[in-house]
Amino acid sequence: MSPIVKKKGEKFTLPGKYLLFILTILCVALMILTYSTNVISAPLSNVAGFIIIPFQKGITEVGSAISDRLEQFTQIQNLLEENKALQAQVDELTTENTNLQQDKFELSELRELYDLNQQYSDYEMVGAKIISKDAGNWYHTFVIDKGSDDGIQIDMNVIAGSGLVGRVISVGSNWAKVNAIINDNTQVSGMVLSTSDNLIVSGDLENFENGVIAFNKLVDSEAKVVVGDKIVTSNISDKYLPGILIGYISTLNTDSNNLTKSGYLTPAVDFTHLNEVLVILQLKQQVEE
Amino acid sequence: MRRVLVAFATVLIAFLLQCTVFQYFSLGGIGPNIMVIVTASIGFMRNEKSGLLIGFFSGLLIDIFFGNIIGFYALLYMLIGYMNGTFSRIFYPEDLKLPLALIAVSDLSFGVLCYVFLFLLNGQFHFTYYLLHVIIPEAVYTMVIGIVIYPLLLVIHSYLDKLDRSDNELV
Repeated sequence: MSPIVKKKGEKFTLPGKYLLFILTILCVALMILTYSTNVISAPLSNVAGFIIIPFQKGITEVGSAISDRLEQFTQIQNLLEENKALQAQVDELTTENTNLQQDKFELSELRELYDLNQQYSDYEMVGAKIISKDAGNWYHTFVIDKGSDDGIQIDMNVIAGSGLVGRVISVGSNWAKVNAIINDNTQVSGMVLSTSDNLIVSGDLENFENGVIAFNKLVDSEAKVVVGDKIVTSNISDKYLPGILIGYISTLNTDSNNLTKSGYLTPAVDFTHLNEVLVILQLKQQVEE
Repeated sequence: MRRVLVAFATVLIAFLLQCTVFQYFSLGGIGPNIMVIVTASIGFMRNEKSGLLIGFFSGLLIDIFFGNIIGFYALLYMLIGYMNGTFSRIFYPEDLKLPLALIAVSDLSFGVLCYVFLFLLNGQFHFTYYLLHVIIPEAVYTMVIGIVIYPLLLVIHSYLDKLDRSDNELV
């Protein structure tokens, strides 16, 4: 019997081979379509966001509660020891604090004097929880539980503690996807705070596992940059707001062309234990072309 | 119909667990790949077609959520499902060695393909590093988790088989 002519009552079924072929073509077509345009990915991820996000929120809450509890047990012993050490430190710090408060008073006076109104602490921010991470071990993309309803837009900068985490790359009504600066293939334009020399910070999976991020193209003709200098986002970056701390230089090498330097920096943010982040609700000013 | 619903729920649960709970259990930054376990298991427990369909939808889910290019993971998972489906002829539920070996090999090839298409073509030539720090740990971890998850899937699968058989007897 030919497979095309059907017997009565016999169900028509497509052999696996043909189905594989058809779906492969479909996948390739989808890849080309998403690579060249943005037609399907935006609505699709919005739909998926509505279905998946509530589940992820719930599971993350339970999961983090369990892992918190487990950690509590293991840490009690450590905490007791730590408590002793900390008590000693408290006394030390109290003295130091008094000194610092005097410095701070001086600093605020100086700031007013210089009229530095573009301070980092002046940006309006919104706190968000990380509710899910990339499926797989290749990339560091994560989803946070705030979206356009809370005023988040694409390209807004994300920080944690005092350092730069990344930026928002897509957003739904109650979620947003954040691309971390440690991600492979991610580049940030930075500068050395002390000398204002520009450089490029480029994320890389290999370096991240060693706890560092690579940077390169640092022009430092006067050789003033030293290990330990702060690296912040530069003024000329088109996505990142200026002056956000990225990290501290940990190694510094001269490139073989003798013009530029490269090396590694230790990020200011602990990316492996990231739970809560802050999104800066201000976009870098764009020049319309 | 019943099978489709169960399969859909399995994929969704696997995806949710992988993105949330298993991130807390990652060792040295490496988590297990639950989606590969589900795709491979359904592949060799059923047949090529089920495997490739499950793989396609699992991959598509990941693409929609985390991929930059929709269709890439769908294609990879679909191939994994299809390849595992070809082993359904020599699969016996009593044997644990073949399923675990298939899961490990599936995850290894998944890792290698990911490296080739996402990293090698991007100018990252340090293959041994990625092999030793991402691909092999992930495969081993996935296989270990597979020891727990695969029997669960097998129970669901044989229960559905039993239901199907009793339906046929009624007719």
